[in-house]
Amino acid sequence: MSLTQSERGNVSGYEVVHASREFRTLRRHLGSFVVPAIVLFLGWYFLYVILAAFAPGFMRITVAGEVNIGLCFGALQFVSTFVITIVYRRWARRRLDPQADRLRQRLEVGRKH
Amino acid sequence: MTAAGSIAAGVVGTPAVNIAIFAFFVLATLIIAVSAAGQNRTATDYYAGGRAFTGPQNGIAIGGDYLSAASFLGIAGIIALNGYDGFLYSIGFLVGWLLVLLLVAGPLRNTGRYTTADVLDLRLKATPVRAAAAVSTLTVSLFYLLAQMAGAGSLVSLLLGVRSSQGQDLTLAVVGLLMIFYVLVGGMKGTTWVQIVKAVLLLTCAAVTTFWVMARAGFSLSALLRHAAAASPAGQAVLGPGLLYGVNTVSKFNFISLSLALVLGVAGLPHVLMRLYTVPNAREARRSVVWTISLVGLFYLFTLVLGYGAMWLVGASQIEAAPGKDNSAVPLLAYNLGGTLLLGIVAAVAFATILAVVAGLTITASASFAHDVYSGVLRRGEADPGQEVRVARVTAVVIGTVAVIGGIYAKDVDVAFLVALAFAIAASANLPSILYSLFWPRFTARGALWSIYGGLISSVGLIIFSPVVSGHPSAAGGAVPSLIGDPHINFAFFPLDNPGIVSIPLAFFLGWLGSVTDLHPVDPARFARMQVRALTGVGAERSSRS
Repeated sequence: MSLTQSERGNVSGYEVVHASREFRTLRRHLGSFVVPAIVLFLGWYFLYVILAAFAPGFMRITVAGEVNIGLCFGALQFVSTFVITIVYRRWARRRLDPQADRLRQRLEVGRKH
Repeated sequence: MTAAGSIAAGVVGTPAVNIAIFAFFVLATLIIAVSAAGQNRTATDYYAGGRAFTGPQNGIAIGGDYLSAASFLGIAGIIALNGYDGFLYSIGFLVGWLLVLLLVAGPLRNTGRYTTADVLDLRLKATPVRAAAAVSTLTVSLFYLLAQMAGAGSLVSLLLGVRSSQGQDLTLAVVGLLMIFYVLVGGMKGTTWVQIVKAVLLLTCAAVTTFWVMARAGFSLSALLRHAAAASPAGQAVLGPGLLYGVNTVSKFNFISLSLALVLGVAGLPHVLMRLYTVPNAREARRSVVWTISLVGLFYLFTLVLGYGAMWLVGASQIEAAPGKDNSAVPLLAYNLGGTLLLGIVAAVAFATILAVVAGLTITASASFAHDVYSGVLRRGEADPGQEVRVARVTAVVIGTVAVIGGIYAKDVDVAFLVALAFAIAASANLPSILYSLFWPRFTARGALWSIYGGLISSVGLIIFSPVVSGHPSAAGGAVPSLIGDPHINFAFFPLDNPGIVSIPLAFFLGWLGSVTDLHPVDPARFARMQVRALTGVGAERSSRS
């Protein structure tokens, strides 16, 4: 797919930003949080799924009264989801947003000229 | 009349009371839709509510859009009959939201206008890709709609005492008319307010019922579990995994396939993703998802108590005997606890739930057809926006009609199960191309087409050749009733009920293969623009209020 001339002019401005150090830092920061978080929660989730499928005996071991490991494990999936959500929200507000804002302002100023 | 007597007669509670509460709720939501609608003149108003909702408002609305009859009636029903295995649905339905939060919400809001096809178009600028994205959006939405209509059918037959087949079909037609009305009159704004009100009602209702069950059990989870296991014919087995999915190796893989579809499907659901365009910017989109996760998580904790509560207080045999089977576990539980009044309220909330979700699905499907197929493909992006909205309205009517007809055929299938199939199609056909176009520099239009059509055809194809559709000799583990009842008509070449474990990796693989073998050179400028816009929000669509 080729671009039209005017699109080309418009797009190449993005290429400059895309190659800039600030943008690469932003992307690296995002990746350094998001990638481990995804690996962690998917790994944790599939560990649970595989235990539920192939180790039901383990999941049935009771912990307190009728509450067994399976229920605790399931509840911990809720806990991990809430924790990742809260941590990510705080991190994004403090670390990610200021960087993204600076880049956006620069780009928007650049566009007006 | 005693509870048992009335259930044997196929009706629970007093139909007159139920009808009165239903009518009240329907009237209230209609008033909300009409008064919230305001002016729905521009495409941005109609599709995205002017992008003027706040993060919390939208987060609650997404909860209202997402927590469907599958969650309220379906999951609790599966827990009530099969115990722990139903809980696995709740977990997958929740955990999948992290993918939306971490990868999709902000970038999608920054790079699209109304539909996910917009995002692919920005990156690949190829009309066939837009058409493919629209086809998969429409397919997922229709599957999801079918599930909701099935839920509506069984609910209505249980509560209104409508037992004749024509009577049920008529009530489905009424549901269809209502949803068309919300969407035509209310647009995205009206639909959003209906979803917000419904989410609050649903959560309150589930919280009250949960509290009630826990009070009966002396606020001891252990006691609740003990009573439930004692009441169940399966005994202690209901407290651990395996009753539904642990029967044999096939059913275990069935379960893994289902889990994969649930966790990856959320981020591919078009009606959820479209709601991200109703807020002013990516930050509010992220805030929306945080609110949704809190709301949805809380709700799924309630369903666990509701399910075991129904197992204990209602009992498997009564649930099995009721019209609508597992889908009626929660209404029966409400009747057991609070009599006619609570039953009426719970049922009306469940009904409002279905209406809000079908309205959201209808607006998504109609937007996809009008914006992507009509305007993007047929008119090559040069349609008049007013004309596009008119096309969207006509499409909404068509989709409503199709959903009613489909619902008539799917009345007795478990709702959560049908929704899980929609998740599998969403994860296969939508998710790979969204992720690739946002994050993979070498992704090409050919890769997108291979991935979308490959995912769509393989997931739908495997469902058709699975025990879900085909007749099959004996019930395998985790089996559901198939669409074809005759066991001799057996074309179940694929042994699993859920296609996810095959179709999702296949769609990712095809997206990769189609791209790396594509001879057209990749234009790095498009990816640069895509990523800069996705991460910084430059050039994102603005709110009509700013």
